[in-house]
Amino acid sequence: MKHVLVIGAGPAGLTAAVAAADAGARVTVLDSGTGPGGQYWRHLPPERPSRREARLHHGWSEFERLRERTERDGSIDVVTEAQAWAIETTGGATVHALIGPSDAAGREALALEADSLVFATGAHDRTLPFPGWNLPGVFSAGAAQALAKGERIAVGRRAVVAGAGPFLLPVAQSLTATGSTVLGVYEAARTPALAKGWLPRPWRLLSSARKGGELAGYLAHHLRHRVPYRLGRAVVEARGDGRVEEAVIARLDADWSPIPGTELTVAADAVCVSHGFTPRLELPIAAGCEIGPDRFVTVDDDQRTSVDGVWAAGEITGIGGVDAALAEGRVAGHLAAGGDRSAIGPARRRRRASADFARRIEAAHGVRPGWTAWMREDTVVCRCEEVAYGALLGTAAATEQGSLRSVKLTTRAGLGICQARMCGRTVEELTGADPSRAADTSDRRPLAAPVRLGDLAGLSSKDDPQKGEH
Amino acid sequence: MRTDVVIVGAGIIGAACAREAARAGLSVTVVDRGAAASATSARGEGNLLVSDKAPGPELDLALLAADHWPGLAAELADELGGAFPDIEYQRKGGVVVATTPEGAEPLRAFARRQTELGVEAADLSVPEALELEPHLDPAVAAAVHYPQDAQVQPVIATEALLASARRAGAKILPHSEVVGPVRDRNGRLGGVRTAAEAISAGAVLVAAGPWSGEVARTLGADLPVRPRRGMVLVTSRMRQRVFHKVYDADYFGATQSSDEGLQTSSVIESTPGGTVLIGSSRQQIGFDDRLRVEVLARIARKALRLFPFLETTSAIRAYGGFRPYVPDHLPVIGEDHRDPGLWYATGHEGAGIGLAGVTGALIGAQLTGAEPALDPRPFQLSRPSLAAHLSPGGPT
Repeated sequence: MKHVLVIGAGPAGLTAAVAAADAGARVTVLDSGTGPGGQYWRHLPPERPSRREARLHHGWSEFERLRERTERDGSIDVVTEAQAWAIETTGGATVHALIGPSDAAGREALALEADSLVFATGAHDRTLPFPGWNLPGVFSAGAAQALAKGERIAVGRRAVVAGAGPFLLPVAQSLTATGSTVLGVYEAARTPALAKGWLPRPWRLLSSARKGGELAGYLAHHLRHRVPYRLGRAVVEARGDGRVEEAVIARLDADWSPIPGTELTVAADAVCVSHGFTPRLELPIAAGCEIGPDRFVTVDDDQRTSVDGVWAAGEITGIGGVDAALAEGRVAGHLAAGGDRSAIGPARRRRRASADFARRIEAAHGVRPGWTAWMREDTVVCRCEEVAYGALLGTAAATEQGSLRSVKLTTRAGLGICQARMCGRTVEELTGADPSRAADTSDRRPLAAPVRLGDLAGLSSKDDPQKGEH
Repeated sequence: MRTDVVIVGAGIIGAACAREAARAGLSVTVVDRGAAASATSARGEGNLLVSDKAPGPELDLALLAADHWPGLAAELADELGGAFPDIEYQRKGGVVVATTPEGAEPLRAFARRQTELGVEAADLSVPEALELEPHLDPAVAAAVHYPQDAQVQPVIATEALLASARRAGAKILPHSEVVGPVRDRNGRLGGVRTAAEAISAGAVLVAAGPWSGEVARTLGADLPVRPRRGMVLVTSRMRQRVFHKVYDADYFGATQSSDEGLQTSSVIESTPGGTVLIGSSRQQIGFDDRLRVEVLARIARKALRLFPFLETTSAIRAYGGFRPYVPDHLPVIGEDHRDPGLWYATGHEGAGIGLAGVTGALIGAQLTGAEPALDPRPFQLSRPSLAAHLSPGGPT
């Protein structure tokens, strides 16, 4: 019996697990969260169940079906609070994970070698910096939504949602569902870009039926709650004494450069921003998977990566939304288990239908270079290490460097606790790094998560003469 | 393109040599196949140590370097001004400890031999050691304080040397890989070819760190420099609890070993950024850069033996690099006796950051015919201890 190891228990990972089990494999799923569901189906913990989950989540019944199945099926083992922190490829791929709450001491260590590996590690939202974005009260839209979905905590009473991409809509919905007044959703893309991205093949949106339905649902929600949805606008500054009190909104030109004189100040106690997604690539990179020029894991029509025995599904292969993730997970899990390709024709077709979604999101909502015009000398770029925009560019100019490794080490941008997960792509862009070069990408992290030295020291070893001295 | 000196490698050694040569009035071009300051120089701790050097030519060089760095750091700061980041030169001193009773006497004896040659070293009682390092495990068997040991931020130091070299007229060409030599009819080396152009030069200096053997081969010479892999762990920021460079006396054994297997020893220090760097390992596995969890586990175990408080701190980053290893554990600095016009400044293994400045000075003096600050012969490729490692036919 094949052993399939799935990393990530969001839509793609859970679907892959079930498909692999259906194809006869024994399956282990690792997820760093406290329960399955991932970012998409983040929900209240089981000890505080809510009947409103179905209303708060799209495809909740799908999740319930998957969760029930993974719980019932003896051949599927879902391990939560499991942090995969390193992958070794010196033999076959060995996935190292620590099990237990991330801040706990003495977590149990696992070293897993499976016959097949499916990465479904997802993405986190990307936030462009702006003056005041480090004030308390400014949230990444993903964090705001996680608090709403996972804890039912409203990030503020009067919230502004801003950034780019369709993700802004569900965030606004989650905020209103937890009692916030959403003052407006400000989308940086302007009508022409939206038209370019969405209009050439509108029937594709319909063929990806559920995604169309999901968006229609969000738009209906906006009408019902009378939340203004404004195009070509951005929050260019957050102000306040110790925390956010107001947001400055400006109109943008096609390059996302603010148009002087269009600034409008609104009183708000929460600003939620998202400018797209950054896939979590460190584990696929550690496994040796090829990353494409679009900065996603390269997969073929079977979700196969460039490494034998390794598949990838969901947002790490392209931001395609939940339908793509479900179809990709099914294809990846089935084939990773050694299943026959003829059995998954419908899933492969659904996968193709939603594949276009990612390209269209990028065309319509992709970050445009003019945004740097809203930056100031003292605007912090790297929040962990408090590196300001002026210092970053000044040092890069003084050292005549475009290479990310040097810029990081001379400025400390990206060297902090988040290891450039928040600012990496921004620093790359600001310094003109060429991320196709290994030294210039912020995605490579041999330690995929922080590890206590005590946990590291406690790893058993076969040939270490020092073992047992403590 | 024509230049007096073409330097292959824009790491700290190439940078220091470029600066010296350019300030001596030579026209200098530095080529690197990647970005400057991004390979070996960006993957180490920034050690400027005398404590780990046994009596011999490398200690002579290290002592010279210890005297040279304060002036160099001040010159760079003066020249580059406040807009350039500080190279974080700190003469913080080293504390070397023996963790076992058997290790105590060899450590003290080693320090005694060093002091005869001008190394400042003070034997510490355990209470004295704890005064310097309050969080050190009090179970240590012996400790020696080396006030001359220092630290620098290696990438900033490399960039500062490069910036200074540029101000003296040097040209730096990143992403320019050397693909072959330029040789005249008689076979005399007269420059290098990159993918883009031929650069003719009176002297070609290979300063490509662990890749120096490959570059030499591309130029038609053999040079016994091999990569040796090392790993370092970086913790999250914390209140400062480590005040010196603190390392286990078996670090010296690891640096001097020719064993190809994995060796680890503890080298622990705080950085001005607030993190703690924990090294280090040495392993000869070619240019294989795959992560090895066992290496990290062993580094962590040894670190906890020195500083038990580290148990609850998190490593947030691990980085590995290759150091240039030479079989007799000495750098190669000078002209190739078999191939006039071909020069080397490489093979410093883990000591390249510390020895960069004096290496640059030695090269600068030899290129211009000035009097070098110390006898260059022990560092030449023609030294007897390397004879067995050179191919008998000479340059190929």
